[in-house]
Amino acid sequence: MASIELPLEAGRAPAPVQGWTLLAALPWFAAVAVLLLVPDLTYQPLGRELALIWGAVGGVLTLLGLFGNRLGRVGRWSALRGPWLFAIGAASVLWTVVTAKTGWLPQPFFPTPQAMLEVFLYDYGKILHSAAFSIWLLAKGFFFGAIAGFLIGVGMGWSRAVSYWATPLLRYIGPLPATAWLPLAFFIFPSSGSASVFLIAFSTAFPVAVLTWSGIAAVNRDYYEIARTLGASPLFLIVKVAIPSALPHVFVGLFMGLSTSFAVLVVAEMLGVEAGLGWYLQWAQGWAAYANMYAALFVMAAMCSGLITLLFRIRDRVLVWQKGVVRW
Amino acid sequence: MVTAALKEDLPGAGREISIEAVSHRFDLEGAPLPVLDDVSFTIEPGSFVALLGPSGCGKSTLLRLIAGLDHPASGAIRVDGAQVGAPDPSRILVFQDPTLFPWRTVRANVALGLEAQGTLKTEGHRIDAAINLVGLQGFDKAYPHQLSGGMAQRVALARALVNQPNVLLLDEPLGKLDSLTRLAMQTELVRLWQQSGLTAVLVTHDVEEALYLAQRVIVFGPRPAQVVADLTVDLPYPRHRGHPRIAELRHEALRHLGLEASW
Ligand SMILES: Nc1ncnc2c1ncn2[C@@H]1O[C@H](COP(=O)(O)OP(=O)(O)O)[C@@H](O)[C@H]1O
Ligand SMILES: [Mg+2]
Repeated sequence: MASIELPLEAGRAPAPVQGWTLLAALPWFAAVAVLLLVPDLTYQPLGRELALIWGAVGGVLTLLGLFGNRLGRVGRWSALRGPWLFAIGAASVLWTVVTAKTGWLPQPFFPTPQAMLEVFLYDYGKILHSAAFSIWLLAKGFFFGAIAGFLIGVGMGWSRAVSYWATPLLRYIGPLPATAWLPLAFFIFPSSGSASVFLIAFSTAFPVAVLTWSGIAAVNRDYYEIARTLGASPLFLIVKVAIPSALPHVFVGLFMGLSTSFAVLVVAEMLGVEAGLGWYLQWAQGWAAYANMYAALFVMAAMCSGLITLLFRIRDRVLVWQKGVVRW
Repeated sequence: MVTAALKEDLPGAGREISIEAVSHRFDLEGAPLPVLDDVSFTIEPGSFVALLGPSGCGKSTLLRLIAGLDHPASGAIRVDGAQVGAPDPSRILVFQDPTLFPWRTVRANVALGLEAQGTLKTEGHRIDAAINLVGLQGFDKAYPHQLSGGMAQRVALARALVNQPNVLLLDEPLGKLDSLTRLAMQTELVRLWQQSGLTAVLVTHDVEEALYLAQRVIVFGPRPAQVVADLTVDLPYPRHRGHPRIAELRHEALRHLGLEASW
């Protein structure tokens, strides 16, 4: 164990091999051994294919462990993630044992790794299609909601009249979960798709409006006076002073809006939209296809975290000036 | 050459400012708070005048009135004979805090005035000249949080000067700097004023600073401010801080401020 060092302590000359990465290959090979050598309780498909995949992972990790420090980006990644790669391999062993080999976790509620592979192999088209549909629906709703919320927030922050009329409405209607509108929205809108876009927009707009508004209210008054003595018009004060200064708040609102819109999206798809990951989940439940449900959940998590990451990237780019002002 | 770019077509350079029987008051929780009491004086075009007075007497208020950010309760303020209305880039106020826009680089901060006036395309060349003038070449891509206090205040000066103001209103612009930076910046203020020919009005509560920089020091009493003395500093530039005439004038200024004992 002494030769294994956590790769996080960077700065010294690179070690000849990545200890953790090499170690991480072991559980993957162990998983192959368990899969092939221990008999399954019931018939499982694709055992050999899965063994091939896991074996390949173990092989790649071995190579990365041996030569990774000479490989640049990929090598740096594996050096950093060695302990995680180990843990995932170990989890695969455990999973195989408690489902396929011993049945400690009952079938079919806890599918075997082989069954999961089967779903991804034979149903990936439908899953990807559902994911793409969900993303598109979410994108439309989020886009309109963010714009509407932003404009409402700017209007409330800037104009007394807008604030007078909008504040009570926002106070009263805003906190209502957007999903409560679902039955009505499906009834009013021509299609369940447009109803969902509206509800996602609605749930996004509320936090974006509130935070944009508070961001604009918090702008340092001196900024306005400085801009005015420099010859700024009211439009300039809004666009070049108030809005840039309020942007950090706006992004907080966007993050909150995106999170709530996920919930609205899934519920809307489950209840009325005949496509998307939420619908897939519902459909799989109807057929008691538990492996498909886990697959859909897995893809859904990837989608949500991917979109949040994307928003983080955009924020890092737009608010690059904030680095060093605040800790992220 | 740098200054040439800033000085070119300066229309009439410094302007005359006349304060005519100006009184002003604020509303403080319902009760009126008189701040300026019948203040009158005239500032020669192109001169450097310091306004000296105890803290809270109303110096900043007077400067804001000249800038046009507020309007006097009674009396009038004229610049070259015309009554001051809305704020105008020909009269620029520099605050005690640099108050740079944190989301803009140094260059974009300096460009603010030209952008606001819509003259960025035609007058953009002045930005580099202004940045060089305050000695910040090479920092144009830096963000405000990467600057020291002195550098940030220089950017604030460049942001003002790039507009070729006729009147520069300085509200304790060096008040928050450390004493060494402060001395260096004082010398620089004199240089900038001499090179641009504008009318400079400096608010300060530092007697030394007023006497080192200005041709004339107007001393205010406690709130509501009234002019209690009008001193002429008849010394050529560059000045020496230890000059006996400065010591003399300091004695006089402190006497007017009621601080004779501390001399
Ligand atoms: N906007 C305002 N509302 C109410 N009182 C004010 C306002 N601005 C300044 N004052 C008061 O006016 C007096 C003079 O302020 P100021 O001009 O800033 O003094 P200083 O001479 O220190 O610059 C102070 O007592 C201050 O509290
Ligand atoms: Mg003041």
